[in-house]
Amino acid sequence: MKDSVWRTMDKPLLLIYLLLVAAGWFNIYSVVYDPENLAGFSFATRYGKQLVFIGCALLLAVFVMIADIRIFTQFAYLYYGVSLLLLVAVLVAGVEISGAKSWIRIGALSIQPSEFAKVATCLAFAKFVSQPSINMKQPRMQAMAALWFLAPMLLILLQPDAGSALVFLAFILPLYREGMSGWVLVTGSVAVALFVAALLVNRYVMIGGIALVTVFLAWRNKRTLKNVSLAVLLFISCSLYTLGVDYAFNHLSAHQQTRINVLLGKEQDVQGAGYNVNQSKIAIGSGGFWGKGYLQGTQTKFNFVPEQSTDFIFCTVGEEWGWVGCTVFLGCYLFLLLRLVRLAERQKSAYARVYGYGVAGIFFMHLFVNVGMTIGLLPVIGIPLPFFSYGGSALWAFTLLLFIFIKMDARQRNL
Amino acid sequence: MRRSTINKASVIMAIFAGVVLIYWFRLFQLQILDERYTIDARSNAIRHKVQYPGRGLILDRDGRILVYNEAVYDLMVVPGQVDADSVDWNLLARLIEVDSAGVRERYRKARAYSRYAPSVFEKQISKEVYGRLQEYMYRFSGFYVQSRSLRRYLRPVAAHVLGDVGEVNAEEIRENPGYSQGDYIGKSGLEKYYEEALRGKKGVKVVMVDVLNREKGSYKNGMYDTLPEAGQSLYTTLDAELQEYAEELMRGKRGSVVAIEPATGEVLALVSAPTYDPNLLVGRVRSRNYGDLLHDPQKPLFNRALMAYYPPGSIFKLPQALIALQEGVIAPNTGFACDKQLIGCHEHPDAKSVTEGIRMSCNPYFYQVFKRVIQQGKAPDIFEDSRIGLARWERYMHSFGLGTRLGIDLLDVKSGYIPDTGFYDRFYGRKRWAFSTIYSLSIGQGEVSLVPLQMANLAAVMANRGYYVTPHLVRETGDGRVRANIDTARHYAAVDPRYFDPVVEGMYEAVHKPKGTARRAEIDSIAVCGKTGTSENPHGEDHAVFIGFAPMDAPKIAVSVFLENSGFGGTWAAPLGSLLIEKYLTGKVERIGLERQVRDFTIFERDEDGNIIGPPAH
Repeated sequence: MKDSVWRTMDKPLLLIYLLLVAAGWFNIYSVVYDPENLAGFSFATRYGKQLVFIGCALLLAVFVMIADIRIFTQFAYLYYGVSLLLLVAVLVAGVEISGAKSWIRIGALSIQPSEFAKVATCLAFAKFVSQPSINMKQPRMQAMAALWFLAPMLLILLQPDAGSALVFLAFILPLYREGMSGWVLVTGSVAVALFVAALLVNRYVMIGGIALVTVFLAWRNKRTLKNVSLAVLLFISCSLYTLGVDYAFNHLSAHQQTRINVLLGKEQDVQGAGYNVNQSKIAIGSGGFWGKGYLQGTQTKFNFVPEQSTDFIFCTVGEEWGWVGCTVFLGCYLFLLLRLVRLAERQKSAYARVYGYGVAGIFFMHLFVNVGMTIGLLPVIGIPLPFFSYGGSALWAFTLLLFIFIKMDARQRNL
Repeated sequence: MRRSTINKASVIMAIFAGVVLIYWFRLFQLQILDERYTIDARSNAIRHKVQYPGRGLILDRDGRILVYNEAVYDLMVVPGQVDADSVDWNLLARLIEVDSAGVRERYRKARAYSRYAPSVFEKQISKEVYGRLQEYMYRFSGFYVQSRSLRRYLRPVAAHVLGDVGEVNAEEIRENPGYSQGDYIGKSGLEKYYEEALRGKKGVKVVMVDVLNREKGSYKNGMYDTLPEAGQSLYTTLDAELQEYAEELMRGKRGSVVAIEPATGEVLALVSAPTYDPNLLVGRVRSRNYGDLLHDPQKPLFNRALMAYYPPGSIFKLPQALIALQEGVIAPNTGFACDKQLIGCHEHPDAKSVTEGIRMSCNPYFYQVFKRVIQQGKAPDIFEDSRIGLARWERYMHSFGLGTRLGIDLLDVKSGYIPDTGFYDRFYGRKRWAFSTIYSLSIGQGEVSLVPLQMANLAAVMANRGYYVTPHLVRETGDGRVRANIDTARHYAAVDPRYFDPVVEGMYEAVHKPKGTARRAEIDSIAVCGKTGTSENPHGEDHAVFIGFAPMDAPKIAVSVFLENSGFGGTWAAPLGSLLIEKYLTGKVERIGLERQVRDFTIFERDEDGNIIGPPAH
């Protein structure tokens, strides 16, 4: 059995996993590395601890590969229930770290329930959606499926941990794949675009712009009563939305407003809210074409970039390996994502397919939000970069997510 | 159905690829197109610490230190690394002893200047303040201390010679881009003239610092570091003891003293009175004191020894006699009656030789001498004849270093003025002047003027019987080589050495023989040669002049003493000059009574306690 799993498992995925984990560790070593203070290897340091985490992750991967896949699939709802309970528990008994109650401390070990909720939600969501009795073309069914990820998302928002909550939007991808209309994605994109525009542009100009676009659309299409009334409806809804965003923005807390303003370039504040992003951009930007070389980074080593080993770990990649290194990094990630989609499409079982899309979506969301933040395209939202950020919970969750899918894929090929 | 699902997978893959592509372009923009981040990173984590070299020492001719350096500290700030809200400004203000509104204002200014480049926050902190500050530095991230050095003077002498050091100004930086803001540069005197040798070479230490401004080791193992090279020492020709003594004697007077070693042209002492303590122009008190000195009506900053134009008076008779002898218009034993019809004179027997003419400083005698030089009958027309005579005379004068700029190693030295034919042609018109117009020149009055340095140089020419070496103040610099740009050649006066003997003899007799004008310069044990002068001027009382050298054979020192508004040259200038000679040649002064008289003489009014209270300068 073990032998056949080895033979049928997807080698490219395994390889890319090992590559990313190894690169991640060397990267953390570089962050901790202090040329003034060269101590011997120690498990007390972050790179030492990360090595332990990686060891555990590999054991976990091996366990998943040799275990029966059904211990994950059969009890998916149970795991989901437990993780919801943990998410509630963390709100009550969690340890507050930097403003959010995300951690539960059990003895010496701190774990982050939201990380495991990702895995459980992915399994449970896939199990629900893949039931043959459910027709995912029906909006009612889509809404019900959405509840599976909206529930943990809401609980995590209460911590509050916007980053981890945001990740659950990844399930829109399998939802779309399984039947949701593409219009939802388009509408979502338009909503985001209008949102940003509403913050940048004067509200009257905005409404004027929307009016022009709708008039244009109505004029281009057949001017039936239906089309015209649709255009009017579009105008009214967009305008109301824009005004709503404007109103909501003005009722945000001051520091959230500054964060958004800094991101949009409306405010320059490199000392305050913009400090992290500015330092992050300096670190990455100073890497240049070839980078400064391994262990040669100056920005990421001397604490100029905050949260270097966790949320802003990508700065080290950018600074020490330059644009060439970033290209390789992005290439590897894109390969991972595309490979996941391709394998998901290859699955005979709907369960495995939905699950595969879920995994791809989660990895994508992490990459999208994390890297987007460090290069100043997205607001600062704390979220780990898979396999690179320091920390055990996230690494184990990602390993679990990925290897359950590799196992599903291997088992299917074995059949 | 099948087709649409394929499409959906493609759409999802396209979204993935699209986002990655956008990020890839963004990274290209950040890392390659935009240079700003590279520069920011450097100022963030890499600090170029300037290693200031010690400025060269200045020593006197016997190796005694005149100028040395004292360590002080500049408190620097990198505004970008200061968390202005959490800094305890009051504590900082207390530590560096300024008010707390002041420190905030300085921070604001530094921030306005540059966020990333270090600015000087507080200049020249003393060792004591630095010690206290050091304990609290960890609470002031973004601040660091840079060590600097200030000039100090063991004896507060020779301010005009040594000059001062100050921060470079914008113009100096523009002229010499090697300097940057906050650097020190010689502003006057030797400090300015020998700036290149004294300043040394700045070094740089490139270090990495972390976000809390802690040094994290040298950048790339010191690949870009350079060591500072200390400035070279200046071995000057000054005699600190003589300089100090001369300044002491000049207290309460206005004028100057210059002493030269005749054989070498080395300046032993150079005083401009009133002078000031060079320590006044150092460090934080510098700008205030500089303003005070600048506005002092006695003009203490003005270096009279090099820059003040004075009529030379009777000391001018020395070159006059020599020129006449060389021209062959008189012989050593030529005598002239003291005919006061020609020009005023004091009571004395007729001079029966050049020697006696010099000894008694007979004005009519030199009227006749000069007349013979100017009107030699080389042209039938008297105007034309005078013109030819003056042209020849002027060339002779230049060969004595008069009317030309002596190339001493100090800037701002003036050339004095020997009138030429062109001057009189312009003034009176061509052929409108003759000897009778310009006869005052015969006794060193009228249009002629010299600076005191030239008077001392004239004394050196007399001592050397015919030549001078350009006076200079620095013998060698730190590397032991004689400075190449110092002219150590002998410049010969256009007069044959044998004509000097009767004139020098006259100088000896002026000091040592009855009826001599410089009798008060006599020293029993030393053969002193001297010549007094009384320089009439439009600024009130006559100026007193004395030049001299000693010993008569093998002279070691030549001096000029110029005392503004002090009357007859023999009264105060001659004894003062002889005291300097005695001090230099014997190492002590035995004529205590004379010394006290000279010390006590002042042209200023005194109050009951003997303190000088005035009068203001002319």
